[in-house]
Amino acid sequence: MLIKKPSDIKPSEITDKDVYMNRRKFMQAAGSLALAGVTSPLLAKPSTQGGSGQKLANVIKTDYKVDRPLSDYKDVTTYNNFYEFGTDKKSPAKTAGQMKTKPWQVTIDGEVEKPGTYNLEDLMKPHPLEERIYRFRCVEAWSMVVPWVGFSLGDLLKRFNPTSKAKYVEFTTLFDPKQMPGQRRTVLQWPYQEGLRIDEAMHPLTMMVVGLYGEVLPNQNGAPLRLIVPWKYGFKSIKSIVRIRLTEKQPQTSWNISAPREYGFYSNVNPTVDHPRWSQKKERVLGASFFAPKKPTLMFNGYADEVAGLYKGMNLRKFY
Amino acid sequence: MQTRYKILVFIACLIPFALLVFDIFTDSLSANPVEDITHRTGEWALHFLIVTLSITPLRGITGWQNIQHVRRMLGLYSFFYAVLHLSIYLLDQSFSFDEILTDILKRPYITIGFSALLMMLPLALTSNRFSMRKLGPRWKRLHSLVYVIAVAAVLHFLWLVKADTLEPVIYAIVIVLLLAWRALRQRHMNRLNS
Repeated sequence: MLIKKPSDIKPSEITDKDVYMNRRKFMQAAGSLALAGVTSPLLAKPSTQGGSGQKLANVIKTDYKVDRPLSDYKDVTTYNNFYEFGTDKKSPAKTAGQMKTKPWQVTIDGEVEKPGTYNLEDLMKPHPLEERIYRFRCVEAWSMVVPWVGFSLGDLLKRFNPTSKAKYVEFTTLFDPKQMPGQRRTVLQWPYQEGLRIDEAMHPLTMMVVGLYGEVLPNQNGAPLRLIVPWKYGFKSIKSIVRIRLTEKQPQTSWNISAPREYGFYSNVNPTVDHPRWSQKKERVLGASFFAPKKPTLMFNGYADEVAGLYKGMNLRKFY
Repeated sequence: MQTRYKILVFIACLIPFALLVFDIFTDSLSANPVEDITHRTGEWALHFLIVTLSITPLRGITGWQNIQHVRRMLGLYSFFYAVLHLSIYLLDQSFSFDEILTDILKRPYITIGFSALLMMLPLALTSNRFSMRKLGPRWKRLHSLVYVIAVAAVLHFLWLVKADTLEPVIYAIVIVLLLAWRALRQRHMNRLNS
């Protein structure tokens, strides 16, 4: 186990106001860039296949690291499950460029004292951006290692004062078949929906992501705002979020609606509970040699020390 | 003339394999090459199975007798790509006997896919003139196993996809049409004979 806890320095102690202001300026610049991209197809095109190409300023390095090498940037940005842009892995990188991520608004409502719809910039403003290197394990038994950029979801939620009835958090992806061609067919129930228990959502590992490899999040990776829950299968980490609703009841989730026997609400990475159709014991680490054997999958994807306590006394075979 | 035409088809059938090798050596596969190769060889096994099954209806419709001569070769190519498909799967499992056996016994899509390949084996072994002569009318009966294989192959595909069933459903429709054509023709023949 090489996962270390970040230091106890408060973000406010390392990020002063000037830095905030700089980031604000950067966000505005990024905004106008994106706008230019929308109005000029010539400008928009190059950003589709690769990444966003826009560096994020003032990203704080953290001690969240893993004992495996980082995946290739190219692999992370061209091998994506993002069914809103097609069900094969290559489509999102080709077609997600057309999605307009500026301006972007997120509604935070339900069991909070301060519900409302906010511009993404305003939501992000108080949060210093951190780089965290996490393992990423897909339910399809492959894995990557990604340096995400973002901040803890818990810090964001606290600002809206969840009420005592807030037991769960429900997330919703943008629904716009014009921009998301995959939504023109009902492969899954649209819009994509995911959920977490409130303690899972407040866990420091749970992250709101706005970038990777120090860059603005590429569209195919779920721009402009996505979730990352490193101890759960990848599909829990919902992309292109437009709504965060705190609820008293357990929210419905898209894959659970589609195949309840195969995709449970929890979907914690667990090598001892197989997917009904394939084994979860091992994973193919992408980027490794073609002949490299698969690696054993770790309980909670290697984050057992941090998160096993959340599930004390629960039968993880039943709550898969 | 016929030999030249056969050689041409033989080479054409190797193109998907050549492209795959080219993509491997130029690093143009996806981030998950094992998955890529598994999918592509599986798809080509299914394509060749469909092409093989299309020969008889095509001949019936167009009256083009010559294509009959490549049917066995096309069937063997389906087997060739299916064997590649299986080999890559075995490699993916690091040839671990335990895990492969568990997969075959526990996972319906692997059970049926593996069965399809096993059923192909006797057909591949008897796809030569010697066996045809030796087996006589039994050869035809044995080779009608190809219909079962086709159904098994498409179920193998259908049972492995996560949510998007469009592609396997298209294959299923094509195979149903090819089998239906035969059933209808058989009925027509029976009516003519009675």
